[in-house]
Amino acid sequence: MNKDIILAGVGGQGILTIATVIGTAALLEGLQLKQAEVHGMSQRGGEVQSHLRISSNAISSDLIPEGKADLIISIEPMESLRYVHMLNKKKGWLVTSMNPFINISDYPPIEDVLQAIWDIPRNVSIDAEKVAKEQGSVKAANIVVLGAASPYLGISYESLEKAIESIFARKCKEIVKLNLKALAAGKNYADKRT
Amino acid sequence: MIQKLLLLGDEAIAQGAIDAGISGVYAYPGTPSTEITEYIQSSNDARERKIRSSWSANEKTAMESAIGMSYAGKRSLICMKHVGLNVAADPFINSAITGANGGLVVLSADDPSMHSSQNEQDSRFYGKFAMIPIMEPSNQQEAYDMTRYAFDLSEKFGTPVLLRITTRLAHSRAGVVRKAITEQNKLHLPSNLKQFILLPSIARKQFNILLGKQSAFEAEAATSGYDVLTGGNDTSIGVIACGLSYNYLMEHYPDDDLPYPVLKIGQYPIPRDLLNQLYESVDEILVLEDGYPIIEELLRGILNKGKKIRGRMDGSIPLAGELNPNIVAIALNLKVEKGHDTPSIVEGRPPSLCEGCSHTDTFTALNEVMLDYSPGRVFSDIGCYTLSALPPLESINTSVDMGASITMAIGATDAGLIPSIATIGDSTFTHSGITGLLDAVNTKSPITVIINDNSTTGMTGGQDSAAFEKVEEICRGVGVEAEHIRIIKPLRRYHDENVKVIREEINYKGVSVIIAKRECIQTLGRRMKLKALEKREAESDN
Repeated sequence: MNKDIILAGVGGQGILTIATVIGTAALLEGLQLKQAEVHGMSQRGGEVQSHLRISSNAISSDLIPEGKADLIISIEPMESLRYVHMLNKKKGWLVTSMNPFINISDYPPIEDVLQAIWDIPRNVSIDAEKVAKEQGSVKAANIVVLGAASPYLGISYESLEKAIESIFARKCKEIVKLNLKALAAGKNYADKRT
Repeated sequence: MIQKLLLLGDEAIAQGAIDAGISGVYAYPGTPSTEITEYIQSSNDARERKIRSSWSANEKTAMESAIGMSYAGKRSLICMKHVGLNVAADPFINSAITGANGGLVVLSADDPSMHSSQNEQDSRFYGKFAMIPIMEPSNQQEAYDMTRYAFDLSEKFGTPVLLRITTRLAHSRAGVVRKAITEQNKLHLPSNLKQFILLPSIARKQFNILLGKQSAFEAEAATSGYDVLTGGNDTSIGVIACGLSYNYLMEHYPDDDLPYPVLKIGQYPIPRDLLNQLYESVDEILVLEDGYPIIEELLRGILNKGKKIRGRMDGSIPLAGELNPNIVAIALNLKVEKGHDTPSIVEGRPPSLCEGCSHTDTFTALNEVMLDYSPGRVFSDIGCYTLSALPPLESINTSVDMGASITMAIGATDAGLIPSIATIGDSTFTHSGITGLLDAVNTKSPITVIINDNSTTGMTGGQDSAAFEKVEEICRGVGVEAEHIRIIKPLRRYHDENVKVIREEINYKGVSVIIAKRECIQTLGRRMKLKALEKREAESDN
């Protein structure tokens, strides 16, 4: 088993939470992992990415080689496109939220962004904010996207659930419940599409 | 005790230092090194063992305090980003001459590709310059193991040891196996109570002692297991892989089937025997270094008359920027994959000041005043407020190094650029701004210094500021006239008032200070959240 995942978004959107959930689930399944994060300057509303590598074997590089990522998970549509050069052209999946985060003046028209996403073979785009709101809070949009990506992770859905339970356990029960619901809603959306 | 933890490279170093029995960590925050000290600050092990861990005013004071702890026989770690080592260079270089008593390990985190720095200097030069051993881990486990080893090495030879990492390792997470914790040293002074007195007569002796240790440092690197020559029957190329670059090399040989001999380097000075063995057995050498071409340049020599040496200097690898698997693949003539083309509609998304940040209001007011003058008069510094260089504010004209706003403004007024304005954060002010302000007072320079006091070290994530609630008093103590120390509250509703104050002080032809005081929106938010949580918990307890 071997999965190379690029996580993308804008500082503060919760991509490191997604990374922690996948990482914890991978550990539960006895897999090895390396995860390169971006800290510092990039947190201030700038682009943020993380390389997450999961494998049943030892992992060498902390960075995923170009053109070899199995999956891009993005919480922001334009950010998902920033890393398509990293994606494996033959089998890579792009899973992204459709909700733009506009904090720059030259943000392209959203229709063009979505069209470019749909032009990538093997893509899933989801109105994560709407789905998250339906589950109780827009704050869980990142977990909705994770749910939509869950069929392509190579990790069992149950492990993801367990990971969410352990990570959010420090917070209150409602937050655990909300995130489990968000995960399921995201997964349902992806399942219906395929 | 075997415990596997999922740790950032930074955290692995912190845990390694705790387990090596340090009695203190001394540091000033700086990306990508900050998490080391933060990890120790929040570690239960560290708390139980009373490891001192509060932030120092700057890297120089940190380094000197650590030398003091070493003098007293205990182990200490000093952490900084690469440019911090410039600030600490004086005590750092001299600590090699005094030697160490208790283990003394200096961690410097380099930032090739300048993810959040102003240059990509390679700290290994400093280690070589100081003539001390350098450790360069290739992964998180080595980061843990080498930190522990570095303390033993330091005490074995009575020398400081430099531990060098780069951003990628600092901020990448992987499993780390922890080993048994070592007890802290007891207080014990050096047997020679004069070795730390660097009077020329003693320094000469001490320097000769340091020179005498060099061959032992090299012999140690040959046997420690961190410099290893392995494998490969194809002698058309030999590879030297320093630190993290070893991973980028092995990424292309997942079954450990690298056809070429490789010398993996994790410890310096590099053992000449191993280097010679490699050199004699291959046709050409490819040097992989995540940083400047230090080993490559040494191997080439100034005349480059030996075997072909490939690397950054011959263009096999770009001269600037960090390495990655693709760069290494291309240098080895391996096939590289290509992903999809990036659509042309993708725009850059630079970092920006947070919504509600006090700096925005300060610079908006300053911009209005500066409309009265020709452009190019605002000297700034290192911190979040450096982002005011970008649109929409575009307020500042310089950012060079910690503290340079005030001193550059002095030089500019000396040259005739009057008025000149300096803008500096509270933490940067106590790091390196106070002495510059003293210069300004002593020479009565017509500058206005705006201190952006947000009560924290913001850019690195909100660490305690040494300036907390002290800025006004410091300015007065340095000799700024009380009536020209003005305090404003940077909020949109006080904009007109703030513009007036800034204008008045710029018109004053002496040293004036404006303290723009409002808490960082991030630390405020965190504090409020914590308060709400505590309140909720208290209610549910009742």
